[in-house]
Formats: sequence, structure tokens, C-alpha cells
Amino acid sequence: MSESAAPSASEYIHHHLTNYTVGHGFWSWHVDTLATSAALGMLMFGIMWLVGRKATSGVPGKLQAAVEIVLEMVQEQVHDTFHGESKLIGPLALTIFVWVFAINAMDLLPVDFAPMVAGWFGVEHWKVVPTTDPNHTFAMSLTVFFLCIFGNFAAKGPMGYLKEALTVPFGPALAPANLIFRIVEDLAKPISLSLRLFGNMFAGEMVFILIGLLPVWVQWLLGTPWAIFHILVITLQAFIFMILTVIYMSMAYESH
Amino acid sequence: MDINATIIGQAITFAIFIWFTLKFVWPPITAALEERAQKIADGLAAAERGKSDLAQAERKSADALVEARQKGAEIIALSEKRRVEIIEEAKAEALAAAERIKQAAQAEVEQETFRARESLRAKVAELAVAGAERILRREINAEAHAELLTAISAEL
Repeated sequence: MSESAAPSASEYIHHHLTNYTVGHGFWSWHVDTLATSAALGMLMFGIMWLVGRKATSGVPGKLQAAVEIVLEMVQEQVHDTFHGESKLIGPLALTIFVWVFAINAMDLLPVDFAPMVAGWFGVEHWKVVPTTDPNHTFAMSLTVFFLCIFGNFAAKGPMGYLKEALTVPFGPALAPANLIFRIVEDLAKPISLSLRLFGNMFAGEMVFILIGLLPVWVQWLLGTPWAIFHILVITLQAFIFMILTVIYMSMAYESH
Repeated sequence: MDINATIIGQAITFAIFIWFTLKFVWPPITAALEERAQKIADGLAAAERGKSDLAQAERKSADALVEARQKGAEIIALSEKRRVEIIEEAKAEALAAAERIKQAAQAEVEQETFRARESLRAKVAELAVAGAERILRREINAEAHAELLTAISAEL
């Protein structure tokens, strides 16, 4: 609970679910989402960049070994799923896994911590988990969506892509139905991708906020198991987003 | 769910991170991994080669040992034969020498005998001559001669 002026439960929840927003209408920016995700990305990819610069083919250090474990996991998943030729897919999957994992991990910060720190700087709201902001998850899934379209063009050419859209799965006789199916299918991909991540993380964060409403002496009783369980959710959601991206990309690069 | 310009910012951020990973993170680490895999493969191959080399060397040394043993046995047999030969040769030589010495001694004995006989014969002849001489000288002595003559004449 916030220490000042004891807000009501709904006020407390609303406060925690409000982004630090600048601007009006469509042209408003969630500064907390932008800044947190960018900072986490710079941290994670900065570390990996440093590891990559000093990477040795001899005995790796502990940090290098950790980065290698993640990279090899991603590489293996890509290798198992994706059989096309693309230099993009591996780095893309690695970026998604690492970034989403780091962002989701912010869920484990105490729910009052980020708003408190923001409060010191005179900022009223700070939603610290960007994956609970649909702007973030949709930005990622739509980027993947456009990369899939790009992959379709790159692998099959415009005519091949069009032909596939018109003839799969019912054959050329039912071309309009095929096209409608294809459009629905392709649109469902980014929507499901982003809403799955958003929903999971939002719900998880919501439970943490509700636990935060409880008296301090009982919070650990529910908070600890939920946090431990959430370690799994964090990793799993990052993995699912990554693996689905790889699958969608491989569908784009391979003909059905 | 308020979708706003944040989505554009996030997409740009995402794109930058993808590009960064593609450019600066993925290549060096995968290169290091591949290089290490290659090193390990090389090491394993080298170990395998070393093993086969060792086995070959062991086989060679065993062969050499057998050969050496054979040669040793041959040399021993040869020297044994040579020893017997030398002994036989020495024996034969000794026998021959003994024979030669014996013959020489025999010849000498024969020669000595012969010489003794010759000298004996000479001495006998001399004695006979001397005896005859003496007899003859006494013959010349008339008295004796006369006696003889008398005897002869008496007989007659």
C-alpha cells in the first residue's frame, strides 16, 4: 500500500495500471514502457555484445557460457523448426527471447517499488512491465507479422505468394474462400501472439497488485508462491513468443 | 487497452534491437561456438589417430620382439653348432697330430733298429774277419800249422 493518504483499493489498482503518459490522443507516449524496455534491451544486448566481442573458442568464462547456453537453446529451436535459408531468423528469435524474458522479469519487482522510485523524481505513474502494455506486445507481434510477409515475398516471390494465398488449402476452384481463410489466418497470428503475452503478464501483474492490497504481514504467504510460479510464466511466455515467431517465419519461408 | 504512438516507438526499438543482435551479438558468438566445435572435433580426431598410432606401434614392437627373439635363438643355435664344429675340428687335428707323431716315432725306431742292425752286422763281420785273421795268423805259425798238418797228415 502506498504510505500517503491511504487510497482505496480501486484507486490503488488503477494507480498501478496507469502508464506514465505524455501527449494527447493517438500521439501520446507511454514513457515508462518506452524507457523500461529500451533500458532493459540495452542492458541485455549490451552484455551480450560485450560477451561477443571477447568471445573465445577456448574455455569460456561463466558469463560467456551463460550467453552461449541461451544462444544455443535458441539456435536449436530454430534449427528444429526452420528449414529455410535466412540469416535473420536466429538473431530475431534470440532478440525476442532475451528481450521478452528481461521485460517479463520486471514482474518480480515488488509492485510498489517502481512507482515509489518514480515518485522520488516527481513522476506519478510508472508501470514497470512493458509486456503488460498492449502497445509493446502489438509492436512486437506486428513487427514479426511484417517480417513474415517480407519472408513470404523473399522465399516465394509475389506471384508464388499470391498463388499460395489463392489455392491453399482448397485448391484453385475455391480461390475466394482460400483468400479469406488466408487473411484471417495471417491476421490471427499477430493478434494471438501479442494478446497471449499481454494477457498472461497483465494477469500476473494484477495478482501481484491484489496481493499488494493485503496486510503487510500476510503478503509473503501468497506473494512468495506466486512469484516462484511466475518465474516459470516469465520464461515460458518468452519462449512461447519466440517459438511461435520461428514457426510463423518458417511457414512464411516454406510453401504449405 | 489504449493503443497509441507508443506502438510505433516500441516497433522501432524492437527493430533496432533485432538489427543490433543480427549485426553484433549473433555472429561473434556463433562463430566462437562453431570454432570450438571444430576444435573439439579436431581434438577427438587427433585422439583417435593417436590411439591407432599407439596400437600400430605396439604391434610393431611386438613384431620386433618376436623377430629379435627368433634371431637370438638362431644365433644361439649357430654358435652351438660352431662350438661342436670347433671341438670336432680340434679333436681331428689332435688325432692327426698324434698319428703323425706316432708314425715319426715308429720311423725313427725302425731307422734306429736298422742302423743298430747294420752296425751289429758290421761288427760281426769285423769280428769274423778278425777271427779269420787271427786264425790265419796262427796258420802262418808253423808249429801250430805243423801240428795241424801233423794232425791232418796223421789222419791221412
